[in-house]
Amino acid sequence: MTKAATVELDELVIEAGRTERQYWRDLWRYRELFYFLAWRDLLVRYKQTVVGVLWALVKPILTILILTVAFSKIGKISSEGVPAPLMVCCGTLPWLFFSSAISECGSSLVNSSNLISKIYFPRLIIPASSVITSFVDFLISAAILAVMLVGYRFMPSANLVFLPLFVVMTIALSLGAGLWIAALMVKYRDVRFVLPFVVQFGLFISSVGAPSTAVPENWRLLYSLNPMVGIIDGFRWAILGGSYAMNWVSLILSLMVMALLLVTGLWYFRRTERTFADVI
Amino acid sequence: MSEAIIQIENLSKRYVLGHQRKNEGLRHAIESAVRNPLQWLRERKKSIASEREEFWALKDVSFAIKQGEVVGIIGRNGAGKSTLLKVLSRITEPTAGRIRIKGRVASLLEVGTGFHSELTGRENIFLNGAILGMSKVEIKRKFDEIVAFSEVENFLDTPVKRYSSGMYVRLAFAVAAHLEPEILIVDEVLAVGDVQFQQKCIGKMQDVSKGGRTVLFVSHNMAAVGRLCQQCVFMDGGRIKHSGPTDQIIPLYLKGGKQGDGIRVWDETVPVKCDPRLKIRVLRIVGPDGQVTGHVDIRKPFTIETEYEILKPIPPFRIGLRFMTSDGTVAFSASDSAHSSYETKSYAPGLYTTGCVVPGNLLNEGFYNIMFGADIPFQQVLFLDESALGFSVEQTGGVNARFAEKWPGVVCPHLEWQTKPLDKAGAVI
Repeated sequence: MTKAATVELDELVIEAGRTERQYWRDLWRYRELFYFLAWRDLLVRYKQTVVGVLWALVKPILTILILTVAFSKIGKISSEGVPAPLMVCCGTLPWLFFSSAISECGSSLVNSSNLISKIYFPRLIIPASSVITSFVDFLISAAILAVMLVGYRFMPSANLVFLPLFVVMTIALSLGAGLWIAALMVKYRDVRFVLPFVVQFGLFISSVGAPSTAVPENWRLLYSLNPMVGIIDGFRWAILGGSYAMNWVSLILSLMVMALLLVTGLWYFRRTERTFADVI
Repeated sequence: MSEAIIQIENLSKRYVLGHQRKNEGLRHAIESAVRNPLQWLRERKKSIASEREEFWALKDVSFAIKQGEVVGIIGRNGAGKSTLLKVLSRITEPTAGRIRIKGRVASLLEVGTGFHSELTGRENIFLNGAILGMSKVEIKRKFDEIVAFSEVENFLDTPVKRYSSGMYVRLAFAVAAHLEPEILIVDEVLAVGDVQFQQKCIGKMQDVSKGGRTVLFVSHNMAAVGRLCQQCVFMDGGRIKHSGPTDQIIPLYLKGGKQGDGIRVWDETVPVKCDPRLKIRVLRIVGPDGQVTGHVDIRKPFTIETEYEILKPIPPFRIGLRFMTSDGTVAFSASDSAHSSYETKSYAPGLYTTGCVVPGNLLNEGFYNIMFGADIPFQQVLFLDESALGFSVEQTGGVNARFAEKWPGVVCPHLEWQTKPLDKAGAVI
């Protein structure tokens, strides 16, 4: 490194519109804060509750039960030879992860307004660490899937090795959508009221309770624009294999929407970030 | 100025104020739209245009701070001190201008930022430390020191929501006090805790500055500024009014913005935090000749009075004054609740003036600063200005005027002195 460069490193210049260069370095410098915030959220999450971390299991179990009854028993939608609860489970776990991640991530900035108006750190840490908190819940709830696989004596397909890929996709998608929501909510609290509705409605248009094949063929493409469709199909393909063929079109669409959300989410977040302290 | 550790050049920060429009509920909007759609549209346009108003919290601020200096930033409410600190600590971006900082900055704009009430004291030390920019290793190394400083050893594993407010503040300050940045930015945090703990905090800050580190300190407490800072920056209306050695700047500050003209007016041009039911208009000092003055005669009484408007019905409130010397010592406090007129005065909407007479031969010569406020006792502060008005007490031949020296002391009362000869046995002749 040249001498001029080291001097540059020591000196911090604050100017209008000049946060970019220090930003990514700061993000690295504050990586421990990222860890501490996630740790705090996890620690606080189930304090002063009686069953504690079991809540991370109760919600998915009840959701699986309700959806199984609604779609397979009442709606009579075929689960392609796989036990219906297992099929529903493969959709419910990623969906609950995604929905809780965008809810938490979305409101994370507003909930930390106290921090934002008093301390400097790369704001990206807040929404990112809240996604991690939801991810931990997701990992805990994965136990449900494991128990069901054993209970139904169902041997997962070899596609299972691709499962982490879909998990990463869910994380990236949650972060992308979450960044948009979080940054928008700082300025427009209206988002707070829209968000629960989106989450509630999303459950029915993301093939959570029924495979995407239940949707009429000519609507399939439009339906697949919802990135969670491709991801949940991917989860089913990876875990249940066989009867759940991979729909490549919907997977590619998912990937594209995910990438678009992530890139524009980061862009919008970075663009509005400098005014957070003034408008929050 | 290569030795400057902080170099600020033409720094400006603009805020766009969004004024709250009156009657702007959804119901009102629908109602007026239905009643008269055309007029509604026209009004809407108008109100949006007038809604955006610019406000320069900082305007062309330039100064430099050398390594190891402790600089006090003083100024009245709304002078731009806090905005300056926020820009310096990168919480908000400047609109124009530039700052160059050499070294790690830690800012302490509030004690206990990021404390989580559900977490224990131990957990909060780690969390708060990380938020303030300490690494985990660093916190672990200083953990025992922090705990000792905070005096909460026995409650480390108790959630801080069960702490008393004193314990909470002590723990929070203890974490902050163990930061080791090259540059420390502190805002008013000494205003918390009991006197003993405040002394401890000032001591800690003195240690910090002795260690060759640079400190920026905002306070209304002139005693603390005087003790800690060699240099001072006096801000007014977003600009630097004066800067230089502390002992020269503090008297200028206390003299009041307009060189001690004895009157302070609150109008629409300055943002003031005041209860909406009340509007404080004026605080002024009136001499015995009926003229408003910022320089009072040490021998003569003077009147200090305020003009205010009660806009909406309000419960009984008191008006309080606190007279402080240039080093921040409180000379005395006064409130109209101490007088029988407190029971009889009116609280109905209208325009009022309230005032009292400060007797002559009471305050010593020098500069004084008046803290002025109104509150509903034990319930709500309606208005508070820590530095509402400054004035000077001028030597005109008071009790201490015989020789050209200034006597120490806050008060300089007129006392009866007697000298009598004694006989050998010690009895008065």
